[in-house]
Amino acid sequence: MSQNILKAEDITMQFGGVVAVNNLSLEVNEGEIVALIGPNGAGKTTAFNCITGVYEPTNGRVSFCGTPIVESYPTGKMKKQYLGENAGKYTRRIVNTPDVITKAGIARTFQNIRLFSSMTVFENVLIAKHMRAKQNLFTATFRLNHAEEQRMRSETMELLKMQDLDHLKDEIAGSLPYGIQRRLEIARALATDPKLLLLDEPAAGMNPQETQELTDFIRQIRDEYHLTIFMIEHHMDLVMQISDRVYVLDFGKLLATGTPEEIQNNPRVIEAYLGVSEEDA
Amino acid sequence: MKKTRTSDIVISVCLYLVLLGFILFLDRTLPATDIALTVLKKGCIYSLVAVSMNLLNGFTGLFSLGQAGFMMIGGYTYAILTIPVEARDSVYQYFNGGIVRFSVPFWVGLIAAGIVAAIFAWLIGLPVLRLKSDYLAIATLGFAEIMRAFFQWDSLGVLTNGSNMLRKYPAFRSTVFPFVTASLCIGIIVLIINSSYGRAFRAIRDDEIAAEAMGINLAKHKRMSFCISSFFAGVGGALLAMYQTSIQAAPFKSAMTYEILLIVVIGGLGSVTGSCIGSFLFIACSEWWLRFLDAETTIGTFRVPLLRSGFRKVVFSVIIMLIVLFAQKGIMGNKEFSVSGIRDWLTKKKQKKEAGA
Repeated sequence: MSQNILKAEDITMQFGGVVAVNNLSLEVNEGEIVALIGPNGAGKTTAFNCITGVYEPTNGRVSFCGTPIVESYPTGKMKKQYLGENAGKYTRRIVNTPDVITKAGIARTFQNIRLFSSMTVFENVLIAKHMRAKQNLFTATFRLNHAEEQRMRSETMELLKMQDLDHLKDEIAGSLPYGIQRRLEIARALATDPKLLLLDEPAAGMNPQETQELTDFIRQIRDEYHLTIFMIEHHMDLVMQISDRVYVLDFGKLLATGTPEEIQNNPRVIEAYLGVSEEDA
Repeated sequence: MKKTRTSDIVISVCLYLVLLGFILFLDRTLPATDIALTVLKKGCIYSLVAVSMNLLNGFTGLFSLGQAGFMMIGGYTYAILTIPVEARDSVYQYFNGGIVRFSVPFWVGLIAAGIVAAIFAWLIGLPVLRLKSDYLAIATLGFAEIMRAFFQWDSLGVLTNGSNMLRKYPAFRSTVFPFVTASLCIGIIVLIINSSYGRAFRAIRDDEIAAEAMGINLAKHKRMSFCISSFFAGVGGALLAMYQTSIQAAPFKSAMTYEILLIVVIGGLGSVTGSCIGSFLFIACSEWWLRFLDAETTIGTFRVPLLRSGFRKVVFSVIIMLIVLFAQKGIMGNKEFSVSGIRDWLTKKKQKKEAGA
């Protein structure tokens, strides 16, 4: 039943001399909850940005549901160095802007919440419906397709009700408490009708109680919306409880991969997180 | 989002008609050169241009300073297309009557003014809209200045009459015409702002990266906003040309853009009604209420100090500084002046009173 929905191959992202992500390959299968963990500065968010089109990776390929969405490689001599004998196979770069990738079905949230802070909760979610609306500037301006606007609004309202945010719909997003802003950001991502949801540290700044609620919430939305979830997270309780598989990144390189139990007992992961113990040194 | 009731819309339309009637009344009773009418006419035109600039700067978050350039393009397009054929020889006296050998009705000229300005905006937008904040402002400002020099170029004289003025095109005499045209255009802008596209523009203003992650095509929407804004700036420029009855490239300097920017900031970035109030205030102050500052005045034998030609500008600058320092949000902030807003405010006040009693 499970086939990979997201496949990243040999992703490398270089910023000048810094290699933020180094030859990362990963797969996420349909219906899974997969976590990407690693110490600070390991390149987790950069990896997300390469997948969602915010960055164009130096080298690497990403495919979503079998369709390539990113195919990038360096030019000149470096091309051979990166691709080896396959160099001839790749002749056309595929670069998509984030909006195209979102439209294809990958939604994301951000590490430091990025809401439309001067707009209401309702409008924040309604924005996500804009890209699929059957309208153009003319029909939208002169309200010629009232049914379409009505559909967008009722779908948004439904989603807000399901997320228990409907009583806040007229509040300005920027004035909401932190926890609700996080939930709103996830709701907004859900409104784009994604197949794959990328969560960048959803539990950041939450206490254990809230983290527990979030754990249930992530499971719940996965089942309700038939989602696949790929997330970056630091809270190990959360990661170990809900992930089907875990990828560990350290200094941009893939350190280990496996089930939560395997990862917990992997000496290299422990070393990366805690440093080398004194007896070993 | 506030719910708008049907009754509110009816009241708003009635208020508008009352205002229209009042302007019609003033127009009929006051002499045509009366300062109040001048302020009204110019205020209407500046309102339109300020709202169009607000769409770009206040609602889409693109800090552009090319407004005077687009106004000039609109004004010239209108003039070039509508000068009657028989008057062309006298207007283009140094260029053998110019190369345009036809003329169109004034309303076609008005729409063409907008369209040509929008086409220029589209072209300049391709490279320029990749820039952000101050860089975008510098690039658009530069564009406007280049266009001004370009329109004065002698080799283009057969079209633009070089640095000589264009005149004898159809103009308006009543105040009702600029009022109705400007309010029609502002109405369309408000419809756009409240549509799905307007929401997308505001999303881009609030957070570009998030907007893109929500599936909004940044390049497309920015270009759209830029072209719409320029379209209405072009129409505004054409109205200004009609008001002045002659047009020349020289006054469309960056100073004009700054005047409009000042109106937008005084009114409040992100408020359409703010821009309108701001432009009437600005025009009334600069043309009428603060004129006395420029005149040397003596009361009896006492000569009032400081009052002399040019002092008005000093006072203006001080006002601007005070606004920037103490009232950054302007008159309206990002709120709108509307019937439903007033009703909500009144009911809230009532509830408070009842709760207090």
